[in-house]
Amino acid sequence: MQQAVPVPANAPPGGTARPSALGGRGSGATGDAIFAVACRCAGVFVLLLLGAIIVELFLGGMQAFRTFGLSFVTSTEWDPVQELFGAGVSIYGTVVTAVLALLLAVPVAFGVAFYLTELAPNWLRRPVGMAIELLAAIPSIIYGMWGFFVIVPLMSIYIQPFFIDTLGELPLIGELFSGAPFGTGIFTAALILAIMVLPFIAATMRDVFETVPAVFKESAYGLGCTQWEVVRRVVLPYTRISVVGGIMLGLGRALGETMAVTFVIGNANRISTSLFGPGNTIASVIALEFGEAQLGSLKLSALLGLGFILFVISFIVLAASRFLLRTRLQG
Amino acid sequence: MSATTLSHATSPAKDPKVAAALGRRRRQVALAVKAACYAATALGLLLLLSILVTLFWNGFSALSLSVFTTVTKPPGSNGGLLNPIIGSLIQTVIGTAVGTPIGLLVGTYLAEYDKGSPLANAVRFVSDILLSAPSILIGLFVYQSLVVPFGGFSGWAGSAALAVIVIPIVVRTTEDMLRLLPDTLREAVIGLGAPKWKMITLVCWRAAASGIMTGILLAIARVAGETAPLLFTSLGNLNWSVNLSAPMSSLPITIFAYAGSPYEDWIALAWAGALIITLGVLGLNIIARLALRGRK
Repeated sequence: MQQAVPVPANAPPGGTARPSALGGRGSGATGDAIFAVACRCAGVFVLLLLGAIIVELFLGGMQAFRTFGLSFVTSTEWDPVQELFGAGVSIYGTVVTAVLALLLAVPVAFGVAFYLTELAPNWLRRPVGMAIELLAAIPSIIYGMWGFFVIVPLMSIYIQPFFIDTLGELPLIGELFSGAPFGTGIFTAALILAIMVLPFIAATMRDVFETVPAVFKESAYGLGCTQWEVVRRVVLPYTRISVVGGIMLGLGRALGETMAVTFVIGNANRISTSLFGPGNTIASVIALEFGEAQLGSLKLSALLGLGFILFVISFIVLAASRFLLRTRLQG
Repeated sequence: MSATTLSHATSPAKDPKVAAALGRRRRQVALAVKAACYAATALGLLLLLSILVTLFWNGFSALSLSVFTTVTKPPGSNGGLLNPIIGSLIQTVIGTAVGTPIGLLVGTYLAEYDKGSPLANAVRFVSDILLSAPSILIGLFVYQSLVVPFGGFSGWAGSAALAVIVIPIVVRTTEDMLRLLPDTLREAVIGLGAPKWKMITLVCWRAAASGIMTGILLAIARVAGETAPLLFTSLGNLNWSVNLSAPMSSLPITIFAYAGSPYEDWIALAWAGALIITLGVLGLNIIARLALRGRK
């Protein structure tokens, strides 16, 4: 009771302190205004940055788009000598390697996520999860070197001859596995890409699996479900939209990967029926041919046009991924 | 009583043989899937191990003091990697120094100002796209907007490309970390009469400092290993140069050039460079993640 008295007693000094408090608010108001504007400007700057990237790439590719029209996208010709440029082969290579990479990576990523959320003992979850995430941190040039000096010899000596001798003999799908075992090629590139996107997909899957309310899982376990049945009938249905979003995120990463692919894909401008044949991707063509393109040449414009196409493809994939992931990870 | 309910619960399949067979089938499937998941995780760890072992195997023997003290030289004359290392450091530092403040302000804008306005949603969306956009396209963009107008490849252009990559990483972590702070903290500061900008800079940033630092470290780790955006911006330089207006050497570009060369000693140097860069990047990642764990 006695403590309540000093509070009103303090009120007059508070009143006298008012002018200085007002002064403080005054400088605070200008400070606030400046800071708010700075923050908002930075936000708008990021918006403009993406806009500028799109516009610059499009303007750079204008000359090629004008010269070749729609056939720039469909033509499979890439002949710098005759100045004929078409993006067909590299778009094909980009899409095929990325999709193949996902086919290889998704089951493994699911296994890792299942292990990390359900099977692993608690003390192992963090270190194993971190090790998998470290895979994502390794620079892509390192994957390129490792792929070139480790995976390519393995492919050419063991894996490709095996598939060529077995599956290559079959009537219909044999075409896919025919050819000489060079070690490089579309399949090797897809394999390296799969390893590179594995940690992204696995980490996203783990994060969304962890959002499933424990009560749901406990109810299923209580009914006598096995761990696999819980994941298949409870966790996956609950998280399926986000899982697809995570896969799309991996796809977005795989589409634009440059250095690792450049090392192992074989870099030839043709569409081969065999998965072991050489090919190229948009990013690898840009990386390799840019040095030979002169300023103002049609070739440079064609390369920038390729960049624009790649940007459009990855923008669509990433936007879809974000849309699918948004609801779950924020909720 | 409890015994009867228990037997009741397990009795849907009347024939014990059928019940046992059903249960066995389900258990076998579960076991097979579990084994596959263990194998998948082991495969992931094995891949990481394989990369590290390959790097140490090939890079460690090539690693010596002269790698850090000698500049790049023609094949066969005992060159080192001094100028690529210095070039990488310079461009990474400038890129981070330019990108971090912008990213910090954007992240603050998203977390403290317009949380759900259309503009903020657009900024968040664009930032997330930039986070995963192919880095080679950022190189092309900087080539078009800085290299062509200013007449040549330069260290500045390389740093600018790296800064563009840094921004979205810092935005993401800053926003996430500021969001973790309880609103009562903000209300307490505002209740004391502090202006909002002081609340943000003196209290919120400080409270979220370790998380924001983590984001910056991760950004440094990411750009230190980037190759594609530097190809068309700082180009690479085999001579000693710290002039930011001239083409500048960098570790990833040098590795790319050396690894594709036919010379034994250059390939060895490429492995040494690869080992240096991987250890640096993984070290930064481990520090950042351990720091974040201490926070959470």
